[in-house]
Amino acid sequence: MKSKLNLDVKQIDEARSSAKRIAESMQEFIDRHTTVSTERTILRLLGVDGTDDVLTPLPNVVVDRLLDNGQLSKGVANFIGSAIHNLKKSPQEISEMVSEGTLDFESLKPVKKEDVEKALKPYITESLKKIKTQTEKREEYLKTIGEGKKPYLYVIVATGNIYEDVVQAKAAVHQGADIVAVIRTTAQSLLDYVPFGATTEGFGGTYATQENFKIMREALDEAGEEVGRYIRLCNYSSGLCMPEIAAMGALERLDVMLNDALYGILFRDINMQRTLVDQFFSRVIIGYSGVIFNSGEDNYLTTADAFEEAHTVLASQFINEQFAVLANIKEEQMGLGHAFEMDPDMENGFLYELAQAIMAREIFPRASLKYMPPTKFMTGNIFRGAIQDAMFNLVSVWSGQSLQLLGMLTEAIHTPHMQDRYLAIENASYIFNNARNLGEEIEFKENGIIQKRAQKVLKDARALLMDIEKEGLFSTIEQGKFGGVKRPRDGGKGLLGVVVKNEDYLNPFIPLMMGGAK
Amino acid sequence: MAQKKKEEKMVATSKVDLTQVKPYGDSLNDGMVETAFTLPVPHGEEANEAARILTKKMGLMEPNVVYSKDMGSGYTFFVVYGKCVHTVDFTNIKVTKVEVDVMSREECGAYWEKNIGRPVVIVGASTGTDAHTVGIDAIMNMKGFHGHFGLERYKGIEAINMGSQVPNEQLIEKAVSVKADAILVSQTVTQKDVHITNLTNLIELLEAEGLRDKMIVIAGGPRISHELAQELGYDAGFGPNSYAEDTASFVLTEMVKRKMV
Repeated sequence: MKSKLNLDVKQIDEARSSAKRIAESMQEFIDRHTTVSTERTILRLLGVDGTDDVLTPLPNVVVDRLLDNGQLSKGVANFIGSAIHNLKKSPQEISEMVSEGTLDFESLKPVKKEDVEKALKPYITESLKKIKTQTEKREEYLKTIGEGKKPYLYVIVATGNIYEDVVQAKAAVHQGADIVAVIRTTAQSLLDYVPFGATTEGFGGTYATQENFKIMREALDEAGEEVGRYIRLCNYSSGLCMPEIAAMGALERLDVMLNDALYGILFRDINMQRTLVDQFFSRVIIGYSGVIFNSGEDNYLTTADAFEEAHTVLASQFINEQFAVLANIKEEQMGLGHAFEMDPDMENGFLYELAQAIMAREIFPRASLKYMPPTKFMTGNIFRGAIQDAMFNLVSVWSGQSLQLLGMLTEAIHTPHMQDRYLAIENASYIFNNARNLGEEIEFKENGIIQKRAQKVLKDARALLMDIEKEGLFSTIEQGKFGGVKRPRDGGKGLLGVVVKNEDYLNPFIPLMMGGAK
Repeated sequence: MAQKKKEEKMVATSKVDLTQVKPYGDSLNDGMVETAFTLPVPHGEEANEAARILTKKMGLMEPNVVYSKDMGSGYTFFVVYGKCVHTVDFTNIKVTKVEVDVMSREECGAYWEKNIGRPVVIVGASTGTDAHTVGIDAIMNMKGFHGHFGLERYKGIEAINMGSQVPNEQLIEKAVSVKADAILVSQTVTQKDVHITNLTNLIELLEAEGLRDKMIVIAGGPRISHELAQELGYDAGFGPNSYAEDTASFVLTEMVKRKMV
């Protein structure tokens, strides 16, 4: 398709190749390391769940024991495999024994590599089967009851109480929502464990737990059947438990997950080594289970200027795309993020936003682009806020975005009330329907404001990527080139949970999932 | 017709009685108020009547449900107009405001040069579990917000922004180690009054360590008022539409007033 923005294909290719080399060089680092959360994920996928008597999740109990004894470099799968072989017990029973102090891994007889793999096999198969059943169920729903038109209407619920969330989510579905995200309670990203069970207490959001996922999934399936379209569920595979939550999401059929190491580094001060290693396994799981991941580039524009720093968003999208390629994720599952965050008082701001949104679509033609609403310049004037959201919705339908996180007219006042969500859905539905094919009808003036804006952002992004390639991703982040936030390589939270793998290390899920195992 | 026109004109130009002020729609003392709310009842005539009764209880007479919409799952959204019966005596209003003449960035610089002359250290953070940095960034970072530069760009001010989710203990530790003159705390999340607990805790910790009087302590955020901040033991509180110059003016003049120079 001919570029409406007259973008230079050569520049796009160069930017993409640069990003590819950046991601590959990071992958060499990733492949040499594992993390506590990666290992806990393996346990969860082997069926380990529940907590000990002081409510520490069993995956944490087992992995922390190995970490304290300096044995984690072999990978928890080796220990569990040899315990199954020796004791003829399940991973869950073995973990309970470790927790009760009735099993010490060191007391086990050494086991041959083949026997470890053989012992693990039935549990791996069962786990992958559960995930496949869920992806088939999604496909079945899409085939039978179908789905809403793109851009999908994406809303959030954030009551803190999963049962109250269900009420709000179901109402949102009846009002027209296609995707419901359950916002997490503040600071969950910094917990180095996943809480257990259904929860009713959270601030600004609800805990991400496997039970909460299950409760919301059932509610959305029910509501989806009532309205006759599949409703996607979204949560956060991010923070210190990134891959664990990806596994829980795969098992409970989440459809969309926010997942972006760069976001965690910059905005949650999570250690960069830790979260880049975590991200890899989480993306492998996401790719395997048909989840759309959302990257968090839009957030750069809440701290940095949306006009001046637009190229950092594009550069980061290129890098996120290449990380996803390395985890074998399909383009359609790449929910690369960007946002409508320019100062509304800027002359021609709408033209620049439009240029950038169309640019993202042309550069990532098959990606499920996630477009985020205005937040930074929302004032509490709800009437003006509704217009800002309308402008955002118009750009979205015009440029063919995929996932439209709806702007709330009460942004900057409170977490959305039920009527705020209804008004947001009404606003977007009106504009999307009323201007459905606008994008196909309109071309842009050669060398006009819109073309030139997109060309400049691309050119700057390419230059930035070449810099990053030279410097390396770690030092680029250290220098504060994304979002204007500087983070040291050895700083932030979670570095203690990073371990160099030894030669016997085993993570049986990665090759199977990347190979698309049935 | 001509007579009616004359009457309207008379009303519109008549003097407002400031001891009995009420909302103005399109003529003085019509009391017109617009409201929007949701009731957890199914859409229908009964729902509309419920909205009318409720609106009357709010003190809005002749309620007019101009719009009601079924939001599904047994909820109904309403837009209701009514005429407010209540009045306010505007001549008798008292508001606690931050008592400071706001200076521009350049004026702050000149004031600093004339009256202080040594580096003024200000430490800021979004504390507790609050992950929102838009507010503290707008006040502290070089770039500022909406054309108002942040404290980093102020002459004589050394601004240290610790970012989000900073525990109160860590904020105090930092403030002590850099000998801060002022602490800025930003709170955005206010669900279940989590900000009150958090703001109170900081003051208690400062008092316990005997530091409260050694620093100027300021709270800010979209739901913070000066009155609330003072109640919680802060020197000042800044709400929406405050910029770096408000904070800087307050800190600099307060330092001079307290002879912290």
